[in-house]
Amino acid sequence: MSVQHPLEHRHEAPGFWRKYLFSTDHKTIGIQYAITAMFFLLFGFALIMLIRWQLAYPGKPFPIPFLASLLGEARMVSGIMLPEFYNELGAMHGTIMIFLGVVPLAVGAFGNYVMPLQIGAPDMAFPRINMASYWAYFLGGIVMLGSFFVPGGAASSGWTSYPPLANIATQGQTFWLIGMVFLITSSLLGSINFIATIVQLRAKGLSFFRLPFFVWAQFVTAFLLLLAFPPLEAAGVLQLMDRLFGTSFFLPSGLVVGGKALEVSGGGNPLLWQHLFWFLAHPEVYVLILPAMGIVAEIIANNTRKPLWGYKPLVYSVLFLGFMSFIVWAHHMFITGMGTVMSTFFQATTMIISIPSVVILTSLIISLWGASIRYTVPMLFALAFLPMFGIGGLTGLPLGLASSDIHLHDTYYVIGHFHYVVAPGTLLALFAGVYYWFPKVTGRMMSEKLGKIHFWLSLIFINGVFLPMFFQGMAGVSRRLYDPTTYAYGKVVQPLNIVMSYSAWLLAVAQIFFLINLVYSIWKGEKASSDNPWDATTLEWATPTPPPHGNFLTPPEVYHGPYEYSVPGRKTDFLPQNQSE
Amino acid sequence: MNESPYGYWLPIDISTHGYQIDQLIALLHWFMGGLFVFWSAFFIYCLIRFRHREGHQASYRLISGKFSKVLEVGVIIVESVLLIGFSIPIWASLKHDFPDAKEALTVHIVAEQFSWNIHYPGRDGVFGKRDVQLTSPSNPLGLDRKDPYGKDDITSINVFHMVVNKPVIVHLSSKDVIHSFFIPVMRIKQDAIPGSSIPIWFEATQTGKFDIACAQLCGLGHYRMRGEVSIDTQEAFDQWMLQKESESEQASSEETHQ
Repeated sequence: MSVQHPLEHRHEAPGFWRKYLFSTDHKTIGIQYAITAMFFLLFGFALIMLIRWQLAYPGKPFPIPFLASLLGEARMVSGIMLPEFYNELGAMHGTIMIFLGVVPLAVGAFGNYVMPLQIGAPDMAFPRINMASYWAYFLGGIVMLGSFFVPGGAASSGWTSYPPLANIATQGQTFWLIGMVFLITSSLLGSINFIATIVQLRAKGLSFFRLPFFVWAQFVTAFLLLLAFPPLEAAGVLQLMDRLFGTSFFLPSGLVVGGKALEVSGGGNPLLWQHLFWFLAHPEVYVLILPAMGIVAEIIANNTRKPLWGYKPLVYSVLFLGFMSFIVWAHHMFITGMGTVMSTFFQATTMIISIPSVVILTSLIISLWGASIRYTVPMLFALAFLPMFGIGGLTGLPLGLASSDIHLHDTYYVIGHFHYVVAPGTLLALFAGVYYWFPKVTGRMMSEKLGKIHFWLSLIFINGVFLPMFFQGMAGVSRRLYDPTTYAYGKVVQPLNIVMSYSAWLLAVAQIFFLINLVYSIWKGEKASSDNPWDATTLEWATPTPPPHGNFLTPPEVYHGPYEYSVPGRKTDFLPQNQSE
Repeated sequence: MNESPYGYWLPIDISTHGYQIDQLIALLHWFMGGLFVFWSAFFIYCLIRFRHREGHQASYRLISGKFSKVLEVGVIIVESVLLIGFSIPIWASLKHDFPDAKEALTVHIVAEQFSWNIHYPGRDGVFGKRDVQLTSPSNPLGLDRKDPYGKDDITSINVFHMVVNKPVIVHLSSKDVIHSFFIPVMRIKQDAIPGSSIPIWFEATQTGKFDIACAQLCGLGHYRMRGEVSIDTQEAFDQWMLQKESESEQASSEETHQ
């Protein structure tokens, strides 16, 4: 009903609960996602800041005794972190950042809030499913957080949860699996909603090739979530059965743990999990990066004041990326004992998937040619995304070729590589998105001064954290080491860990400027000059500010492509999609 | 050897195959660096030249696509060369061109939380049976000493002796969880997967003692699952074997007396 008669809903005045907590309005749900996801990003960051102390000064007591005693003897003994706790922090940092932080912010928050506005829809196709998606995510988050308090602590087998280690891990792993089932369910509910909305609810005249690139990115992302997540949900249930009901899907016969033969039926295979896991987790990388590319493309078009260079190649590239992302997963598994035929296939697909990324990056950079670049805060973040993603993408090549992967696999080189994609890459793009769409959500601008401080400090320190990792990895330092100085080569590069740790803590300080800016600007920020303060062309700027329930006062009609900037012979340098002529 | 084998880039390479991997890594990084510098130069030029100025307007027209086509075709060619000319042949030779077992030293390495058990076949060159039920703190491999082939077998924990200039074939497996056998100076890394025995081979070109690392998270002691590879001359290796033999004879005679 709400789909066919969206405008009727504005007559109802929903009560407090329906308006703020159990809302079916995509904008409220988007904001709920944003707040929850930002909390989890901060929390996940806090976990790694603890780890950074141990890595910089292995075995030295924690400098904040109060925090150490708060964490308790099971985690820190006289201020020194235990290896068990270290592993918990590592596993939960990865899980929280990916599944509770970046994906919910990129898809749940930005996708939910912006996408229906950009296609001129009154709401999502299935508002109640949308609400269910958020609450499944929320429950998943509660279960994950709660797992820190069960005996033995949270999951500690890495975010990848490889069996048999994960099978014999403490109870926290069971919580992890249950939490994942909630999170995956949430993503599935979200993805069908996104697909249905983009296919069915586009405004009149908004053909697929007039869609803003951000919508394309969300569209492909939704398909990845829909098709890649179910195998992991199945795998999660199988691991749960192994742990709780004595099955042996991932356990081979003849295991001896701690000198005792494990009493299981055996006959399973631990590599089965890796295949199921990476079948999800490689497309997942593109779930993390595609929405970021979408945000960056929007902001670059708006601030270069000219059409994007190569809109169609961008769209085809993103479709091709989405498709290819399903057949590269085993490049995470070269070292498991893969033969030549399999490795050749996966190396070849991996090299092929690098081409559309090159096309996308090149198109976005060429888009700057002939521009009139406004250096706004969102534009600074969007521009910084380009070289950062460039480093992340390029460093994937030595890992994607099996022979060079022999030395680099499971070292800090890998950590550096994927963090460049997701942290200096995606996170900077997400910040760009927050600064860009903030005036639409609140009607106020974020402070440019604080924004620039936040930008420059973040850019410097985030590179201080991740750039040294490539050198550590080259030197041979394995990931997930509680004390890297156990090894001779780890001792040699140990000074890097100190640089990285201080960079991480200063990166946290830089975020204070963002938090202050965010909270202050909601109430006290400078009022946006109009509904369209950036002089943008896409439909989200054609709504009142903030957009009311139902979004548009009259159903919009679209006459142009998404980025008609600086059209010759016009008074203004932008031609909104819904403006005829 | 006076210099430290380790530094801020690749460690020294003392394997016969490693130079190919190093070459590939070097070529890749020249390519990546070149591409990054080229992109950055164009990027920075655009940022300066096309900044917003009064009275200056962006151009609606888009430049031709030749530039990007050349770049993309270039990337495809370079990647194909690195893949077909380097990575696939290196991988194939590591996986298929195993040295002749007669001329190589063959060992079984069984990983466990948190140590490396090395099993040598002894004088007869045949590995004795291993049985899960026989596992004990003094016999972590569960080696069956009653098996005629097992009587002369040699075992070692965390210290892996091998011979310089003689290929070694390692059959790698694990008792409990997944570990990963990594010798940085030898450019060799292979997961040890319970339920599978995976053969790898390598050959050292100089003597010395170097770290063996576990590269796969295997539990709370992952960080201290450090082994040592000792690359000996043939004489030193034989000497060590003799010593181990007498040790194990002593141990087994003590066992029978008990």
